[in-house]
Amino acid sequence: MSLVGRSLDRRAKRFVAWNEERIGAARGIKWAMRYVFPDHWSFLLGEVALYSFIVLVITGIFLALFYIPSDHMVTYHGSYAPLQGFRMSEAYQSVVHISLEVPAGLLFRQTHHWAADIFNASILLHLTRVLFTGAYRKPRDLNWMIGLTMLTLGILEGFAGYSLVDDLLSGMGLVIAYAVSMSIPLIGGQLSILLWKGAYPGASVFFPRLEILHVFLIPALLAVLITLHLGMIMRQHHSQFPGRGRRERNVVGTPMWPAYALRSVGLLLAVAGVEFLLGGLIQINPIWQWGPYHVYLSENGAQPDWYIGWLIGALRLMPNFEPRIDGFTIFPNPFWGGAAFPGFVFAVMYLWPWAQRKLTHDYRPHHLLHRPRDRPVHSAIAAAFLSWVLIVFMVGATDRVFFRLDISYQDEIRFWRGGVWLFPIIVFLVTLWVCRWLQRHDPHPLRGWDGQVVEPVQISDPLQDREQQAAGTHAPPAGG
Amino acid sequence: MSNLIGRLLALLTVWRLSRRSDSEPSAQEQPDISPLEDPSKREVPNSRKAELVVAILVTVGAASGFAFTAVYILNSHANQLLGVTMGGAFVALAAAAIVAGLHVVPQETSVEERDSLLEEGEPEEIVEMVESGGEGVSRRVLLTGAAGVAGIGLTTTVGSAIASLGPRMRNIHKVPWSRGVPIVNEQGKIFHASEIQVGSFYTGLPAGHFWEDLGAPLLLVRLPRHYIHLPPTRPLAKWAPHGIMAYSKICTHAGCAISLYRYPVYAPTSVGSPAFTCPCHYSTFLPGYGGTVLFGPAGRPLPQLPVTINPNGHLVAGGHFDEDVGPAWFDVRVPKNFNRNG
Repeated sequence: MSLVGRSLDRRAKRFVAWNEERIGAARGIKWAMRYVFPDHWSFLLGEVALYSFIVLVITGIFLALFYIPSDHMVTYHGSYAPLQGFRMSEAYQSVVHISLEVPAGLLFRQTHHWAADIFNASILLHLTRVLFTGAYRKPRDLNWMIGLTMLTLGILEGFAGYSLVDDLLSGMGLVIAYAVSMSIPLIGGQLSILLWKGAYPGASVFFPRLEILHVFLIPALLAVLITLHLGMIMRQHHSQFPGRGRRERNVVGTPMWPAYALRSVGLLLAVAGVEFLLGGLIQINPIWQWGPYHVYLSENGAQPDWYIGWLIGALRLMPNFEPRIDGFTIFPNPFWGGAAFPGFVFAVMYLWPWAQRKLTHDYRPHHLLHRPRDRPVHSAIAAAFLSWVLIVFMVGATDRVFFRLDISYQDEIRFWRGGVWLFPIIVFLVTLWVCRWLQRHDPHPLRGWDGQVVEPVQISDPLQDREQQAAGTHAPPAGG
Repeated sequence: MSNLIGRLLALLTVWRLSRRSDSEPSAQEQPDISPLEDPSKREVPNSRKAELVVAILVTVGAASGFAFTAVYILNSHANQLLGVTMGGAFVALAAAAIVAGLHVVPQETSVEERDSLLEEGEPEEIVEMVESGGEGVSRRVLLTGAAGVAGIGLTTTVGSAIASLGPRMRNIHKVPWSRGVPIVNEQGKIFHASEIQVGSFYTGLPAGHFWEDLGAPLLLVRLPRHYIHLPPTRPLAKWAPHGIMAYSKICTHAGCAISLYRYPVYAPTSVGSPAFTCPCHYSTFLPGYGGTVLFGPAGRPLPQLPVTINPNGHLVAGGHFDEDVGPAWFDVRVPKNFNRNG
């Protein structure tokens, strides 16, 4: 060892000793450095969400230093000529200022917006992976619920974020949120009056309230839930796919130090890099083009951010059913698409682990995952359910289809009012067939570029036993 | 570089083949891993080429970071260049970290045992420990009950404080329109009846009132007589003088401002009548039929406001709405003799 190396080595040891005298974390540090991460690409989706959250916090702090949460009306005299002399809220003016005058402001705003879209997308993909591979089963059912709560908060957080801007698009979103909140049976009216401090557009405190929600309450909650989510994963250790030497009682993979730490830092930097490239190169939500919001204005062909799309689809798909009893409107129409539909979807997801236990009578803990094909019925139900939500999501784009392809909007809606029930049945049957075919022939679509051999689950599994009896087949021996 | 990639690919193939031959189906769950099945391994790559690649990538990342500062100083509004340099710095460093993680540092596959979460006897022990804290307490039921009441009391306190977030619902029906309020355009100029042309729609606002209330904006249209089929409770002289009609501009579904107007015929349907459509969820209303819903999710017709043309030809409100404007809630006022088809 060189002289410099020896000196550095001595200093490092002295530094660690300094820490140990005060914190005494040696056992924890050694444990963390040896913590094993199973290698599978699909395990990175959750990390993408985590790293997007970090990008969101950093870019968000930058934006919060310039944003003014005020509905006070001012006349625009900034650098953007087309808006000269327009009456607008101070909130909107401050975001136009961030976008067009603050140095690097547009980069940070667009990166923030892209990161929010990626944050929610990666949570959803992670959820799908966890659902189809059975990673939500005991002991991870509690963590599954924390994850779902984070998705709910992520959607709310994104919506609150683009509503703060008070451009024409965000105002239209806010009034719809007000209508959905009003539509909650019995308490909706009073609830909305509390949130907005008066009938829409509410009192001047509304924007400060929305800002506190967006920059403090929800991010703080998310930070707490992320900590719990990760803490629980580390206590239980990661789940893993079956494979050579992999058992319920162990976990096989790359230890944290050094290889995994470097790869994961690489992923953090890659996520940040891609998001900054998107923020620099691909325009998103050019709010100066939408103009300021006024209650009496709206824009045609407006589309929300993707994670709100399923709600706009549900609001559009719903027939005009608005039952009234004795002069009272029991269920105002926006309740169905805006509250009942997402409430039902999340309720099903929250109860999924419980229902799976009840239906399969499988109450054991599981650390080995299964491939989607290993449980055809489970995968088919999950695919059908997700396709139901996906169709509603796509209905949110029916007006784009009308503008582009000139297919009558009303015919499209009438078609999907039936299709939304018919297609999931088809998806169910197709998924079932595909899973059984894959079980019989066992090709490996991923092996070519992944290098992983994921073996089928052992057939000591009640659900699979029953499924195989029903199908009259037996699983082929594990494919090599 | 290509040499390096070639070698890596060869290595990968050999590794894959070796794994494939190993991965014979294991018979049954085995308590321990047999030596043949033990996947643990540790390889030290010792690749000078990979180290060089990492060094180059780190340098590129650093250069890209300096370039960001340079762009920022020269032209801080060159968003594309700022994004490319900032993103480029991160991407280059990401590539460096990943190459280092895969080809520079020791590659290790190790096996970690999972300890079981539930230990035999632990739950009982914890419950006993908790219960031992109540040793010697004789009035347990009384104390538990009192604590429960205190809990409800505290919840009520917090609940009451929530009420100060907003006023009560008193003003929710309030709308700026009443008989005689002049109808003005977005520039504040009062509408003359002659400005309302057949085939177009106009946004009307209440002179001297706050324009940002949901009750404020109006849709003004003029229709030829043969398109007008108002219910008998709305005499034409008061509700459609010279064919001019005023409706709330706020959709009764979710509160967006209606901004689509199809004249003379709403094309996708066979109804031979003009129609308003809301761009948010495409609720479609018929101005010729008193605001009836033709299609879409809206559950109530569009509220109509009586209009008066005063002696000098200006438009003023001829009265007030007799129903609530905007999205519905539990106690929303619906039109008298309401039925869905107007």
